[in-house]
Amino acid sequence: MSWFSEYGPILAMQGFNALSLFCVLLLMALGLAIIFGQMGVINMAHGEFLTIGAYTTYLFSTLTQTYAPALMPGYFLVAIVGAFIFAFGFGYLLEWALIRHLYRRPLDTLLATWGVSLGMQQLFRSTFGAREVSATLPDWLMGSWQPVEGVDIPLNGMFVMALTALLTLTLFLLLFRSGWGLEVRSTVQNRMMAGAVGINTKRVDRMTFALGCGIAGVAGAAFTTIGSTGPTSGSLYIVDTFLTVVFGGAASLFGTIASAFAIAQTQANLEFFLNGSMAKVLTLSAVVIFLMVRPQGLFAIKVRR
Amino acid sequence: MSDRRKPAIPSPTRRRMLQGIAALPVLSLSGLSYANTPPTSKVNTTGLAVTDKEVIVGQLHSATGTMAISETGSIQAEQLAIEQINAMGGILGRKIKIIQEDGASDWPTFAEKAKKLLVNDKVPAVFGCWTSASRKAVLPVFEKENGLLYYPTFYEGLEQSKNVIYTGQEATQQIIAGLDWIAQEKKAETFYLIGSDYIWPRTSNKIARKHIENVLKKKVVGEEYYPLGHTQFGSLINKIKLRKPDVVYAIVVGGSNVAFYKQLKAAGITAEKQTLLTISVTEDELLGIGGENAEGFYAAMKYFQSLDNPNNKKFVEAFKKKYGPKSVIGDVTQAAYLGPWLWKAAVEKAGSFDVDKVVAASPGIELKTAPEGYVKVHENHHLWSKTRIGQIQKDGQFKVLYESGLIEPDPFPKGYQ
Repeated sequence: MSWFSEYGPILAMQGFNALSLFCVLLLMALGLAIIFGQMGVINMAHGEFLTIGAYTTYLFSTLTQTYAPALMPGYFLVAIVGAFIFAFGFGYLLEWALIRHLYRRPLDTLLATWGVSLGMQQLFRSTFGAREVSATLPDWLMGSWQPVEGVDIPLNGMFVMALTALLTLTLFLLLFRSGWGLEVRSTVQNRMMAGAVGINTKRVDRMTFALGCGIAGVAGAAFTTIGSTGPTSGSLYIVDTFLTVVFGGAASLFGTIASAFAIAQTQANLEFFLNGSMAKVLTLSAVVIFLMVRPQGLFAIKVRR
Repeated sequence: MSDRRKPAIPSPTRRRMLQGIAALPVLSLSGLSYANTPPTSKVNTTGLAVTDKEVIVGQLHSATGTMAISETGSIQAEQLAIEQINAMGGILGRKIKIIQEDGASDWPTFAEKAKKLLVNDKVPAVFGCWTSASRKAVLPVFEKENGLLYYPTFYEGLEQSKNVIYTGQEATQQIIAGLDWIAQEKKAETFYLIGSDYIWPRTSNKIARKHIENVLKKKVVGEEYYPLGHTQFGSLINKIKLRKPDVVYAIVVGGSNVAFYKQLKAAGITAEKQTLLTISVTEDELLGIGGENAEGFYAAMKYFQSLDNPNNKKFVEAFKKKYGPKSVIGDVTQAAYLGPWLWKAAVEKAGSFDVDKVVAASPGIELKTAPEGYVKVHENHHLWSKTRIGQIQKDGQFKVLYESGLIEPDPFPKGYQ
């Protein structure tokens, strides 16, 4: 049993690590799963909505520290809500100003949103400075939990997990159990018909896009606990985000979840037994080969063509 | 293209008027200023951008794009140095004017802008570049057009050019002194090498491994690289816990850097339990990482903002006065600050702005007023400098624990390749 007492803790932590990576991937991908998956908009500026969330957290942190240091333990939860509101609002504006004119031209959307992404990066740089900043995190988010000797479970990882579970559940209820969700799904399946039965498809589009952006904002706020906050921080996540959504099969929320899980397990375990760069190469190759065989991804909604 | 180039010669009437105005102070001061202001025909025989009144230099950094994060400090430090030199009367009686070009974090753009500065603007010196990739991109341009580049970043070495003066440390200066210190001070036997996956960390770790194994006779228990921009270090952290190295030697850069230290802390790997030495964290990086997330770890650099000497006190004060009390100064920022001063000293020694003469005058140039202390230009165009060990403090500053002697730069180290 001495073998187990030595490797057991590592195994447990590695298991948690893979789960934690799964939640990070899922959290990044949820917003895009709606925007790209449901609406078919290739939003290259998705990473910048993460950045909006991260900077909002930084702003809240600085303001709280300056004006009400006693409230530090609780500010983070408020910052998450703030991040959602800011990102949602900006997404709403972006849809109204740009995206709605491009629904029939997906490739132009790609270019236009890429331009928006560059513009937003430079805007962050001019507003907050080129250097990275660091939001001061409340103490209850830092450090680790030791259930037994030798096992350290990161608290921020647990927090991200809980947040991901909560968001996924909320999103699921919204999409599949609410009247609004019904409108969204019918608009996705058949826009003309949805319009004909009296659904205001334009309003649905705007709300859906904004909701996706808002979720990205929440993810950005959560990521301040594990990553960097700088003008280009969002772009660190964009490739993994698209990878997760495409691999899962666009238009399928369940696919995104399964895909995040598969990618996270592969990546985390390869990293452990090989190394970081090799793990990335092998994971990407596996996804590419899978998509060659099955271009529609893991799960696809059956559509009559 | 034509709209970018300003006409070199003003219209005849304007020119006559300008000459008239320019003649006034020259006449009244001619007796005094001749000694300090040798005629342009003498100090500029190769058609550079030098007039009787001013000399135009180039500045080539990324003000936009991903690298702006790192290069902003260098831009500010070079401009501060030039401002101070101008306040002292300039170089050979000429005020320095800057043409600032933006490399935009894109290597071909760097090459294109370098060519513009050397061919169109004919600047006698350029202060610029940050990443090795951008330096490699402009190097052929500087060698072909015979320009002069002052390069501020600590880098992997294995390079030496007639047309570049390297004001940061090359790899052996930074690495060897740091490893010697940690091996002795912490009685370290095992090392785990970590880096972002590109040329600088890989070359540096290669040198580190050779030194650990061949000179120190210790063991390297792991060497790993993660892609640039990687943000999930959970697996790596578990591997560190499994192998329990005495020292983690980390060369992680950019956004990954922040993620790496935040996750180390979250996983319970703090300075009390694990010794960590890095050569990629300066005061600049700590702004993003947050001092509390890396408190107690060590960094090997030639400069820390907290260095206690009169030169540095003056420098920090001037920097904060110009760029705000919250600004911080990292190793590269200080190295960038040296560039204009080294150039001034070389030009004055050569008595000319001509690149060949300045290059010939450069080896042996000493700077006693450098914030890092004393530096001297070596024949191989790198600087003699000291290496220090700093311990990261909660407020994002370093506590200097150790200072080496003056180390000779050795960009092509024997036995380390």
